[in-house]
Amino acid sequence: MSKPNEKAKESISIAITGSGGAGVMTAGTLLLEVAAQAGWYGLMVRSSGPQIRGGEAAALMRFSKSPVECLDDRFDVLIGIDWQNIHRFADEIPLDAASVMIGDPDQSEPPEVFVKRGARYTPLAFKQMAKALPGSWPNMIALGLAAGLAGLPADSVKAVLQKSLKKGGGEKMAANIAAAEAGYAHAEKVAAALRLSGSVAAAGRDARWLITGNQAAGYGAVRGGVRFCAAYPITPATEVLEWLAPALPKIGGALVQAEDELASINMIVCSSYGGVPSVTATAGPGLSLMTEAIGLAVAAEVPIVVIDVMRGGPSTGIPAKSEQSDVSIAVNGLHGDAPRIVVAPNSIADCVSATQWAVYLAEAMQSPAIVLSDQYFGQTRAVVDPPADIGLATERLTPAAGEEGYLRYALTDSGISPMAIPGNPGTAYTADGLEHNERGLPSSQSGDHIRQLDKRAKKLAQFDYGARWADIEGEGELAVVTFGSCTGAAREALARAAADGIQGRLVSLRLLSPSRPGHMAQALAGAKRVLVVEQNHTGQLYRYLRAEYDLPGAVKSYRHPGPLPMRPGEIHQQITEWSRS
Amino acid sequence: MNTPALAAPVTAQGFKSDYKPIWCPGCGDYSVLSSFTKAFAKLGLRPENVAVVSGIGCSSRIPAYTTCYGFHGVHGRSLAAAAGLKLARPDLTVVVASGDGDGYSIGGNHFLHACRRNVDLTYVVMDNHVYGMTKGQPSPTTEPDWDSKLSPGGTGLRTFNPLVIALAAGANFVARAFAGDPNGTAELIAEAIRTPGFSFVEILSPCVTFRPEQREWKQMVRPASVKSTDDAARAARRIMTDDGMNIGVLYKGERMPYQPPIGKGRKRPSDLETEFAL
Repeated sequence: MSKPNEKAKESISIAITGSGGAGVMTAGTLLLEVAAQAGWYGLMVRSSGPQIRGGEAAALMRFSKSPVECLDDRFDVLIGIDWQNIHRFADEIPLDAASVMIGDPDQSEPPEVFVKRGARYTPLAFKQMAKALPGSWPNMIALGLAAGLAGLPADSVKAVLQKSLKKGGGEKMAANIAAAEAGYAHAEKVAAALRLSGSVAAAGRDARWLITGNQAAGYGAVRGGVRFCAAYPITPATEVLEWLAPALPKIGGALVQAEDELASINMIVCSSYGGVPSVTATAGPGLSLMTEAIGLAVAAEVPIVVIDVMRGGPSTGIPAKSEQSDVSIAVNGLHGDAPRIVVAPNSIADCVSATQWAVYLAEAMQSPAIVLSDQYFGQTRAVVDPPADIGLATERLTPAAGEEGYLRYALTDSGISPMAIPGNPGTAYTADGLEHNERGLPSSQSGDHIRQLDKRAKKLAQFDYGARWADIEGEGELAVVTFGSCTGAAREALARAAADGIQGRLVSLRLLSPSRPGHMAQALAGAKRVLVVEQNHTGQLYRYLRAEYDLPGAVKSYRHPGPLPMRPGEIHQQITEWSRS
Repeated sequence: MNTPALAAPVTAQGFKSDYKPIWCPGCGDYSVLSSFTKAFAKLGLRPENVAVVSGIGCSSRIPAYTTCYGFHGVHGRSLAAAAGLKLARPDLTVVVASGDGDGYSIGGNHFLHACRRNVDLTYVVMDNHVYGMTKGQPSPTTEPDWDSKLSPGGTGLRTFNPLVIALAAGANFVARAFAGDPNGTAELIAEAIRTPGFSFVEILSPCVTFRPEQREWKQMVRPASVKSTDDAARAARRIMTDDGMNIGVLYKGERMPYQPPIGKGRKRPSDLETEFAL
């Protein structure tokens, strides 16, 4: 290992880029595994151009000895296996004079846009080096180089490659381990190794998971009791479905591929009507198509879970990149007065817990639940501590066989009425999107309409959501209210502000709908400044909060659309400026 | 689900609910309802083990008129809903009720894929060549010159041939029935239910309000002159060259239904965690 840098850092950020086929994502994934092996935490955000294959790709990584939830404001290292179209990532990979940039001089010079930022450039002939080791790939040299620069142990690199290249056979493995070692050895010629502060936590180290948000959401669904999924592929949600496809049969469930999103959503409304907890996953365009049937699930009171992995919108938008711009459609996007549950995970690990909770809530209240994840969570792979089971048993209220005078939509104190499952004798009824009376028979009378509207609103409003509705941390007159993937950046911004002597609190909403005005008032008691942070263009969360809540003191919206992630530095700057004014 | 031992058989009347239909007097759908309940009784089914699934339109009101479990969903999606139910609950008998607007227009794509997928469903379409619930607009099976407020002078479009399309898309059982013969129709529905896979029964069901000329159908229909075939191409040729009034089973295949093995896997969800472990 090269001589360590003087100053230890709390985290290290490395970007590996190249055109499609260069093996950027493979190198990044393996580097993340090396870091995990060494006992570090880390994450890898995927970013790629619109091409199906062969387009520019970037693995954006951050490592630390404590849990990592977001990308940093800048990158320490940028490795270009080649530079073809990599200038398109200029905004996504901020560099400065302290950054190091390594590229293959035989390919091309580094893009001007990066050079202008003052990053120090060191050439390294990846391709030639790989050629000298027959059977090896340039991305393995990049992997070794990145590991060396990060100060990761060489043993861990070898161990990870031995495991992952097992299938390729002895020669391939040996050549690529040699390539990684060559890259690693070269690191000290390029720059002094970066050094992470803190120490590796031994506790629970071996129990950690390497997981993407999409896998996590799929797992959360089955943990919550889901046993049926109808699937239609869409970027960036497909991996939820691809994870569930082999997983469900193993646990007694099934997945079916539907002909479109209209079919997938209607399939799960009816499979759940049949008593089997059901899920689908989609992104904005699919959610738009599904809204009619989600309304059916509201009216007929059928529990379903729809995982929406948000991407840039409107319309086809930016399919492979993240944006929190489906808040409005999730909380408002059904016709009629249609109360629904909207839950947003606020970390990759929480994609498990929040989705499990969504299944629990949907089943308990016989209501559709939308889980608002996003591409940033969904396609990012991270080292996480395994999220504990939420400890709430999923259960649907059902009538006994042959229940005398059974009324499917009986008016009860809780608003929840026993739901008969086909097969149960003596309680047959018709689930209907038409307004109905207590028995479930169609009715267009005003009395039935108001009673059933009240019933459906009441069951969501009166439910005990416990402490899980939001994560509330810290104290101070300044509060940052946010949700989803902005949470990690907001938390880090508040920690930086605290280090400057500015105390603030964080309210990260997990339950977006229904609103919890009383709870929010408590969470924000004494707050004089409320900063609402989100990643979209119009301030959809801000507008929703203004409509649903009485927020104390001055309220300010800080937002920008995707695909640029919300970074801790920009929120920190907002906090600092506002606190000084 | 377990059927109680020695439970008395349920009669056709026992499959009829006490809820009064909204249909116009003389509507063919009354007879179709009778055929449903007769078929269920004939097969010795129990109401709790039958689910009647529908979309939107006059014909789609049928579920609540039975004592079975019913699902009255959104317009055009009944086949998707029914597939979800049957795949999740293969123990149930699932019958789908639709019309020519619901099934062939807004639901056309699901029709193709339901035939392809061949889930063990019975799909009954009450075809009256008109949107009745919205008071008289042309559907995909309406004649091109039929005059209406929405399409004055007619649509000028050729009619959709659902039976041929079902064959081309892979339906396993294709039959045509006439609402005016409730017993014959009940036989066809019962045979459709008994036949594994996707069974399609198109029922000519007159709309006496918006298509009063359909009263003439009674004189026009006749039993198909030849026996059903298991050769889809031959069945298609017959259907394409007849006048649309031949009644009976027109095609019966032997494709295995699509049914993923739900309820078979024995692992616990926590067993899946190993793939996330470092």
